Amino acid sequence: MAEAWRPSASMEVLRRRATRHAVIRQRFARQGVLEVETPVLSTTTAPDPQVPSLYTQHQGSRYWLQPSPEHHMKRLLAAGSGSIFRLGSVFRDDPSGAWHSPEFSMLEWYRCGFDDQDLMQDVAELIAEIGGPADFGVRPYLELVAEVLGEDALDMPLSSLGALCAARGLQDTASLSRDALLDFLMGVVIGPTLGRDQLQFVSHYPASQAALARLDPQQPRTARRFELYWRGVELANGFWELTDPREQAQRWEAELQQRQHSGAPVMEADGRLLQALQHGLPDCAGVALGLDRLHALLEGASSLSDVQSFSWDVA
Amino acid sequence: MSSYSTNQFKGGLKILLDGEPYSIVEHEMVKPGKGQAFSRVKVRNLKSGRVVEKTFKSGDSVEAADVMEIDLQYLFFDGEFWTFMEPNTFEQYQADANAMVEAKKWIREQDMCTIMLYNGSPLTVEPPNFVELEVTETDPGVRGDTSGGGGKPATLETGTVVRVPLFIEIGDKLKIDTRSGEYVSRA
Repeated sequence: MAEAWRPSASMEVLRRRATRHAVIRQRFARQGVLEVETPVLSTTTAPDPQVPSLYTQHQGSRYWLQPSPEHHMKRLLAAGSGSIFRLGSVFRDDPSGAWHSPEFSMLEWYRCGFDDQDLMQDVAELIAEIGGPADFGVRPYLELVAEVLGEDALDMPLSSLGALCAARGLQDTASLSRDALLDFLMGVVIGPTLGRDQLQFVSHYPASQAALARLDPQQPRTARRFELYWRGVELANGFWELTDPREQAQRWEAELQQRQHSGAPVMEADGRLLQALQHGLPDCAGVALGLDRLHALLEGASSLSDVQSFSWDVA
Repeated sequence: MSSYSTNQFKGGLKILLDGEPYSIVEHEMVKPGKGQAFSRVKVRNLKSGRVVEKTFKSGDSVEAADVMEIDLQYLFFDGEFWTFMEPNTFEQYQADANAMVEAKKWIREQDMCTIMLYNGSPLTVEPPNFVELEVTETDPGVRGDTSGGGGKPATLETGTVVRVPLFIEIGDKLKIDTRSGEYVSRA
């Protein structure tokens, strides 16, 4: 039995972790990307029902622990910060596991003038610079899914998609939306096979999963959103950012309605971010990268606790 | 009918899927950063022994399988069923040939067995790890040979044939490890 007070990662790992962070900061300094700090506590948070935020109280008022620094970073961008990055803790009300921690380190950055294609290149270079693979590939989301299903996942009837997922072990498919079925295919069936020998980006997510990405003007059923997989682990999520405040407000409205229907906690839409978008977000692309997962993969570790100074179970 | 939520999943939990009893072997949470969370499990069918992978939406509930393990005493075989008894309550249970595939090779009347009951009926019967059985048939022993090398087949009183050392004779009582089906020593 290990002594309960000890850190979960070894000192050797923590030293290498710090070295990688130094390399990341040097890289951003060289590129003129400014390091910023953003609040952990805020009166509002992302309404995305799949990104559940934790909350606490200050003098009787509810404050949300930020699940990502996105809202504050976009307010900085609208105020003229130029390209920025933030390295720090974020919080999510999700179960813990080998690859999941309710508090984890996120590296999030925004590059002005970049689109999603430029940013994928940037992400791959950053990971290569701290010891990751030098090569990367990009595959469109719907192409990967069609490879597994033999047909287009958005064209087929919902019941057929459900039956194809049931054949792959998914239970009770009748109660699931098309997006939930797609999450199963990408998260359980396809994702774990991606990025064996190189970084694998998945681009052009379905428009229904656009989150804060703009839709692709050429193929409006897809969004300019990408994710990165390496060795079967989901590492990063990026957008060519939506800058239209009206579309942003509509998407939040839809998410808040979903929350009300499912009985999830409801927060106010982030009026300050909407004001910032109305003022004008510069054309930019942004990405959030799970640093603990990246360190774990670089170390060949089998869980986040091997690379966190204090993992969730000893925190 | 009781049920379990996916956040109660753990190894060894007995659940009912498509009307069949399963035991959870392994479970793992899968949660895309911006998507639906799932609980992925490896489960063993308690009837066939086959292991399959299933995925549940996080928060879904699954019916519990009415499975319990008890120790029972073997009474007799009537040509179709093997009858067992709970030694304290004298309650009797009948096991069919499917449940007895392994156990029937080794057990004698009065032996205690661990039995998995599914909906109150024996699903599997596990014999004791070690049994002592008499040899009813084997080639004549070779005197002086105690090495155990080589060996020969011997038929036990249950009809099962095991490999034994050359010095074993008809009428000897042998200790057998039922998990490997191998001779251990003379009893």
